[in-house]
Amino acid sequence: MKKLSENTTDLLQEIKTEAAELPHNKRRDFMLNGLKLTAGTALATAVGKVVAGQENLPPNVPSWQRSLGRGVVSVPYGQPSKHEANLIRRTVEWLTADKIASISMSPLHKMKGIITPSGLHFERYHGGVPDIDPDDHRLMINGMVERPLLLTMDELMSFPSESHIHFLECPANGGMEWRGAQMEALQFTHGMLSGSEWTGIKLSTILQEAGIKPGAKWVLAEGADAAGMTRSIPLEKALDDTLVVFAQNGEMLRPEQGYPVRLFTPGWEGNTSVKWLRRLEVGDMPWEHREETSKYTDLLADGRARKHSFVQEVNSVITSPCPENPIKRKGLLQLEGLAWSGHGKVKRVDVSLDGGVNWQTAKLKGLVLSKSLTRFAMEINWQGEPLLLQSRAVDETGYVQPTLSQLREVRGTNSIYHKNSIHTWQVLTGGAVNNVQLG
Amino acid sequence: MYNLAKNYFKILVLMSAAQGLLISAAYAETEGHYGLGRIATQEEIAGWDIDVRPDGLGLPAGSGSVADGEGLYEGKCASCHGSFGEGEGRWPILAGGFGTLSEGRPEKTVGSYWPYASTLYDYINRAMPFTAPQSLTPNETYAITAYVLYLNEIVDEDFVLSKGNFSTVVMPNAEGFFEDDRPDVRNPTCMKNCKDPSSIKVTSTIAGVTPTEHMEENAPIE
Ligand code: HEC
Repeated sequence: MKKLSENTTDLLQEIKTEAAELPHNKRRDFMLNGLKLTAGTALATAVGKVVAGQENLPPNVPSWQRSLGRGVVSVPYGQPSKHEANLIRRTVEWLTADKIASISMSPLHKMKGIITPSGLHFERYHGGVPDIDPDDHRLMINGMVERPLLLTMDELMSFPSESHIHFLECPANGGMEWRGAQMEALQFTHGMLSGSEWTGIKLSTILQEAGIKPGAKWVLAEGADAAGMTRSIPLEKALDDTLVVFAQNGEMLRPEQGYPVRLFTPGWEGNTSVKWLRRLEVGDMPWEHREETSKYTDLLADGRARKHSFVQEVNSVITSPCPENPIKRKGLLQLEGLAWSGHGKVKRVDVSLDGGVNWQTAKLKGLVLSKSLTRFAMEINWQGEPLLLQSRAVDETGYVQPTLSQLREVRGTNSIYHKNSIHTWQVLTGGAVNNVQLG
Repeated sequence: MYNLAKNYFKILVLMSAAQGLLISAAYAETEGHYGLGRIATQEEIAGWDIDVRPDGLGLPAGSGSVADGEGLYEGKCASCHGSFGEGEGRWPILAGGFGTLSEGRPEKTVGSYWPYASTLYDYINRAMPFTAPQSLTPNETYAITAYVLYLNEIVDEDFVLSKGNFSTVVMPNAEGFFEDDRPDVRNPTCMKNCKDPSSIKVTSTIAGVTPTEHMEENAPIE
């Protein structure tokens, strides 16, 4: 072995000091990298003291500035930076028997603004994602209509269209925690939630084209997937703001989101926005299919169940800090979160640092749109004290997000769906964040 | 399900056959405002309109017995749902659970929870068996539906289910559902001293059930 020069000894000392300031789990890698470099020969003497791991930091000129980058269309459809590989959908394997009929969650802890990139939109399906050739896809409108219609995608997309920003949420979001906290990550407590700009045709336009017969009260939406997903939608909603959507965030729908066409019922439980839409039937009563009886009904403590509970009532959650985003330094801290309501706009969000004893009103950030994700923020000065963080949203109808105890009192713990209660993050003195519930 | 008056329909079929897609100005009343798409034929509708409603609308002609259903169920369903509907592994349970709906761990099954038998016919026909949806004939679907009802003690072993007697099947939990009546809670927007801080009890997370590998690089400061 070569004898270590004096320079190298200094360098090693410096690496050690640097490493002491790094989080524990990064320390070992850092030391290893440093040592690999010291073993090399060209180091140190020429440039002076280039500290391992800091070659790209000032005063040094970073490597990517000393060579050319890649050219246009080297990636014809752009991808996120490879340094963002951790920004992905995730599932909880034990939730379902099979990945074909399952769910994945959006990484809310890393998302910004109110739009979810289409590739990160949460997934939920009951028979897998079908691979549909749009040329071979048809939308049929039948039942109580004057003219039962069959539309190609081209014909469908020739109707006048509209674009709206709305959230989409599975009513089972948070449903794993009726009995107690069990998910140590925001992605799993609230990630069955996403926001997008949706482009499509008002369902009323299509139904009027077919001519609704007198006496009609409900519309059945049916998917072209292996589950043949069906939901009954009251005609009132169908003629209000329901869309037949073909695009999401500026491009055709992703296969997981119903390519080439889906229903979209703003503010309502995700399952009613039937994907891979192949048929709309107009009728005079609900069909009471599996997804509106066996599933998506809310069983109460007395054994009776609420049905047709369509609306996603107001909800909110703090996205930073959260278990995935622990507090890293003392001082001023930007607390952020998301609020949303299926009844309209979010009017106000209050934040508590002490488990709901005292509340302060947060600032709403950016666009405040109806039935859309809405950002809120608050600046706090953290000096290492333990916190019990909560957010409480109020929507434009005046409805206030309830506490979990209030929900449990009237519903029990077997509802699965529609748990929109105030969520609590416990911040420990070191800055770590835990998912807890308050009794 | 809702057929057009026969003559009106014939004209449309002739028109679309003769002219491809478009319906001429002479039949303008048969066109919508935008004139997009074409009239779906009766045959096309029949192929796709498979839904069944609680009042029996949509049920095809046919019948099937509990006895026939037993063999079909054993061959096509039992590997996942169990011979008695008890569910193999994590696959759904189809039978039993009576009287558990108000218990701590309710077991929601066709027999204990489902309000309508039509839902069972419709769902089996459109989505089961899981790996071969829409592969059953009407008679097979009637027979398997009858058998799942039998596993739930809703019909006798000599029962034959048909379009004609469907409405006589009464589901035990038919009266168990009510229309959405939310909002069901009212939280006041208290701002100061909303509760006694000493009354707060913190319950932590059950450790070990969350997939957290992705979070390790974000370890907090020590
Ligand atoms: C390969 C496994 C498999 C086979 C075989 C199978 N199923 Fe299923 N079944 C499932 C899965 C998975 C679900 C749940 C799908 C979902 O999550 O939407 C299900 C759901 C059901 C349900 C609804 C349960 C509820 O409580 O909502 C019924 C009823 C049913 N199956 C009946 C049948 C019948 C009848 C057959 C035979 C013709 C059959 N299944 C064959 C896997 C299977």
